[in-house]
Amino acid sequence: MTQQMSRRGMALALGAALLAAACSKKPETAPAPAAVPPGPTAGIAAATGGDSAARAAARDSVARAVAARDAAREAALRKVRDDSIAAVRALASKTAAELKQVLLATVYFDYDKSDVRDDTRAALELKLPILGANPSLRVRIQGHTDERGSDEYNLALGQRRAAALKRYFTDRGVAEARIDVVSFGRERPAAPGEDDAARARNRRGEFEILAGGEGLQGPR
Amino acid sequence: MWSAAAMLAGGALLPAALRSQDPARGVRIGLTYAPGTKPGVIVAPVAGAFGDSVQAIVQRDLDYGDRVTVIAGAGVLAAGTASATTPNYALLARLGAAALVQCEPLAGGRVRVTVHDVGAQRAIESREAALVSPAPSRAWRQSVHRMADEVERTITGTAGVAATRVAYVRGGRVWAIDADGAVTEAVSEGSALSPAWRPDGGALAWSAIGDAGSRIVVKELATGRLRTIGATPAGLNITPAFAPDGETVVYAHGREEGTDLWAARLSGDDPARRVTVGRGSDNTSPTVSPDGLRVAFTSGRSGRPEVYISDLDGTNVELLTDFAFDEQNYRASPDWSPDGRAIAFQARVDGLFQVAVITLRDRGVKVLTSEGKNEDPSWAPDGRHLAFTSNRTGGAELFVVDVETGRVRQLTHDRGARLAAWSPRLGAPK
Repeated sequence: MTQQMSRRGMALALGAALLAAACSKKPETAPAPAAVPPGPTAGIAAATGGDSAARAAARDSVARAVAARDAAREAALRKVRDDSIAAVRALASKTAAELKQVLLATVYFDYDKSDVRDDTRAALELKLPILGANPSLRVRIQGHTDERGSDEYNLALGQRRAAALKRYFTDRGVAEARIDVVSFGRERPAAPGEDDAARARNRRGEFEILAGGEGLQGPR
Repeated sequence: MWSAAAMLAGGALLPAALRSQDPARGVRIGLTYAPGTKPGVIVAPVAGAFGDSVQAIVQRDLDYGDRVTVIAGAGVLAAGTASATTPNYALLARLGAAALVQCEPLAGGRVRVTVHDVGAQRAIESREAALVSPAPSRAWRQSVHRMADEVERTITGTAGVAATRVAYVRGGRVWAIDADGAVTEAVSEGSALSPAWRPDGGALAWSAIGDAGSRIVVKELATGRLRTIGATPAGLNITPAFAPDGETVVYAHGREEGTDLWAARLSGDDPARRVTVGRGSDNTSPTVSPDGLRVAFTSGRSGRPEVYISDLDGTNVELLTDFAFDEQNYRASPDWSPDGRAIAFQARVDGLFQVAVITLRDRGVKVLTSEGKNEDPSWAPDGRHLAFTSNRTGGAELFVVDVETGRVRQLTHDRGARLAAWSPRLGAPK
């Protein structure tokens, strides 16, 4: 019973963290506010400063658009939160091998960027409770780039990517000493070729276990 | 002009006995030829076991120097230009030659090199050069290159750069190739990037990439001794560059809060000194000015990578150029010219990197390449040629461009060669 409670508590806390994170970015699913029809009448009314009925109609239209946008944003956030809670809950029933797979799953970056993308954030949120549940676990994060850009500058970019991923965990309470970072720039591509698909797979952060990787525990 | 006048004066004043010894010894006057043209040069056939090799190497070195036009072919043989005979100046002139080079093998692996001014119908230089035995070893070839560089100096007033090597990276290792592309030698084991020569040519630095991080390694080429410098074992340690003192190495050290330039001493235990304050940005690929006072480097401090110049203590930072080549500027990999007057770098033009040179006096920019992707230029010690990486033939290869004429030649045939670093002029091994 208490175990269940604490598990739900953990899941909720994570959901809240995700919500906060999601709020800091504009949800892509939120529609643009419905345009206030600046019809000829409204225009004339505004210009002449008269016709309160037209003005009221415009006000209603704005209010409806805002309400629709808020509802869509709320729904999107609820879905993200629910998905996240479900995913973290699902971790608890995973085997050690499955947990390792989640922990070592590669995450991806945009071109010339070290910002943590939304899909990357979701992946990191799944790794976080595994790090939390296995205190002897130590990992190394590798930063990689695609083949564009200068060979030398790419090494610094890879370092920045690995550091951004590490910071995601340390900002959420994981001890600094448990995470090493290393950059390989463009030197160790995951996908051959110079097309967009290969590049997208090469702009990545990889995870490797340095210690404590045996018999991983799920969050409780 | 000055030298010619001095020689005339000397000739008039010297006792006849002294004058007759060696009329041109120690005096270099160069040839008289129209400025902007490349004087024609004939290299006479060379006698002896490796005579053909000597002739071929000298011809090719002079050709690659881009300052003379080498004349070869049947007509040359017909001119009877065997060494140590009196040349048929009139015929040589008709073949278009302004100069004739004769190499006469002597005892003990030595060679007498004579350069004739065809127009003046006399020898302007005659001296002995030592060739390192055994032929045709790498060391022997280098000694022939040194001889050719001196011939180029006699003819044009500027020594050639044939007795140099270009270090580069292929398959994760550092290699060095002779400037004529003839001999390649592995320098490093393991995973290495960004080789850089010490100004005396006796050592190479590079970044050794390991599974846990990278470090700056310096190898003494004579002894093979390896040293790790910078005393920053963890994290990112890349893109070393020597200052002209041969003692200071500037390199990029990356931590979690960004990558900055640091300066460390090769000898001694002084801690590394931080050069740039990038405030979380990435600063890499330094190149120190020949006067040792300034450093150019790549930095992402304003968003996109750009080349900046600062004093060697990190102050007085300025953007190298705001000239726009592309909608999204990306400039990187600067290399300061040996005369200090220009910086070569790579700039994105229409989505592909090209090699460009900027003159520091007026900030005039010249883009030197257009075929394929061209990156990471490195100056030859003559300040006239650049080695760079290009994918114009498919895989990455090193090429050399003559900045004056735009003439390009392929240096490596290696697939995957990149990150060229041209050595200083290399003297005879001690």
